Amino acid sequence: MIASRALTKRYDAKLAVDALSFDVRPGIVTGFLGPNGAGKSTTMRMMLGLDLPTSGSVLINGKRYADHAAPLHEVGALLEARAIHPGRSARNHLLSLALTCGIGKARVDQVLDMVGLTEVAQKRVGGFSLGMGQRLGVAAALLGDPQTLILDEPVNGLDLDGIRWIRALLTRLADEGRTVFLSSHLMSEMAVTADHVVVIGKGRLLRDQPMADFIREAAADSIRVVTPERERLAELLRTSGATITDGSDDALVVAGTTSRDVGDLAAGAGITLWELAPQTGSLEDAYLALTRESLDYQDTAS
Amino acid sequence: MTIETAPADAPTPAAARAAGRVDGPATQRGVIASEWLKFRSLRSTLLVLAAAVAGMVVFGAVIAYNTRNPAGLDPEDVVASGPLQGYYLGQLLMAALGVLVVSGEYSSGMIRATLAAVPKRLPVLVAKAVVFTAVVGISMVAASVVAFLVAQAVLSGHRPTYSLSDGSTLRVVLGTGVYLTLVGLIGSALAWIVRSTPGALVATLAVILVVPILLELVFPSWGTYIAAYLPTGAGQSFSTSLPIQHALSPWVGLAVMAAWVCAGMTAAAVVLKRRDV
Repeated sequence: MIASRALTKRYDAKLAVDALSFDVRPGIVTGFLGPNGAGKSTTMRMMLGLDLPTSGSVLINGKRYADHAAPLHEVGALLEARAIHPGRSARNHLLSLALTCGIGKARVDQVLDMVGLTEVAQKRVGGFSLGMGQRLGVAAALLGDPQTLILDEPVNGLDLDGIRWIRALLTRLADEGRTVFLSSHLMSEMAVTADHVVVIGKGRLLRDQPMADFIREAAADSIRVVTPERERLAELLRTSGATITDGSDDALVVAGTTSRDVGDLAAGAGITLWELAPQTGSLEDAYLALTRESLDYQDTAS
Repeated sequence: MTIETAPADAPTPAAARAAGRVDGPATQRGVIASEWLKFRSLRSTLLVLAAAVAGMVVFGAVIAYNTRNPAGLDPEDVVASGPLQGYYLGQLLMAALGVLVVSGEYSSGMIRATLAAVPKRLPVLVAKAVVFTAVVGISMVAASVVAFLVAQAVLSGHRPTYSLSDGSTLRVVLGTGVYLTLVGLIGSALAWIVRSTPGALVATLAVILVVPILLELVFPSWGTYIAAYLPTGAGQSFSTSLPIQHALSPWVGLAVMAAWVCAGMTAAAVVLKRRDV
């Protein structure tokens, strides 16, 4: 269980994380979504005590991470790409972390095997591909058989095989009752991996809900209508309380009503309909619309 | 290269336990073991250390060979510490090594993994200092002794030689090794504070080489009094046989230089504890 309470981080003038409050529960995979620069990495670094909050707090199983006696057993973390010295071998990298709390060589070899790096264990990490580096990062996160996993963009740089592998791994870890929290800037990835989603933009909490609910809301129906009396129908629809979301081409895209109501309305006014088609919203579109404000912010900031 | 995708075997708690204890607390002893592994598993650190040892011994032999004839020698070549002048190279390398063991963590990003594993942070600073002091201390004291003995063997039969059984000679030979170790620790402390390799290197070299000279140039009348209390001046009091103006006595000098190291490490500890990584 990770509990974030009014968590805030300010860098000089920029508010990177703005009063974030949410819980990450055990037993499910929780996705942490937001555009690049939304404050995901900063939030995760505060969970690990790497960045200190300006105000607010984030507790892991009731304590600040630094106050846990056995940190590696408490939380396994995969940080943004490459928190690894390139001159060391994969095995020595893991062993150096393991030694801090007396984890033995057998466990190091076990996690190397788990992520499929046994054959390159003695090779220097500097020569690793992005995907191999990610696998080594995952191995480091698993070292202490942790109750909580915090993974920043774990699929970054993985090939299709690797992505499938990590999905299966995360699902299984959650099924064992662990807390699994992973970030991504890709909605499509989260939709298939996460059970619950926390969306932030500009450092603020935008959504904290089950993935199924997020998808249902995102799929809010709209209706595509084609008619020779475009202007007249549009006027009627507006008067009836529906919203015209797009009227740029021949078709009208209408939200806030049903195709049945549109049909009735048209028939009542004697308007011919050539096409009346309910449409399912795209998850990616919904996510983009939700975070557009922070994307705009990011564009002007960079 | 391709890696065969491992089966998505979850690390079931039972399997993890079968591989030994995984829920142990982070201990100072464990962090020291970790830092010792880090030190010896990097080619760069071992090369710098080996270069310093070799440099001390080779310079010792060469200096001795070139000063066999006592006629017309400079005073610094005649005294017991003469063959130990390889420390000029040694202190550059040890300053660099002290910087690298810390700044390498920052330049590679490894520091985030390190401090995520040891979130209390200070055990890492302590462990790095302990490992550096032990490894470099033993290596540099040994290098000084070997350089000295090789030089005496070269000089033997040409001009009067020195013996380690003489108190002040022993002090100077051991003191050179101690001085080099302390210089490295100053480098480490500055690297914790500055966090970048070039920045920390410049800062360390400025502190040990440039500042004392500048001080004496800018304030000719009293600069040397102050310089005696700077790390380099304090270090010379126990690492050279040459009489130096206004020098501290050897033990006071050692205490002053150690105090500089402690002050640097304390400042490093404060910023390490407070800053974001």
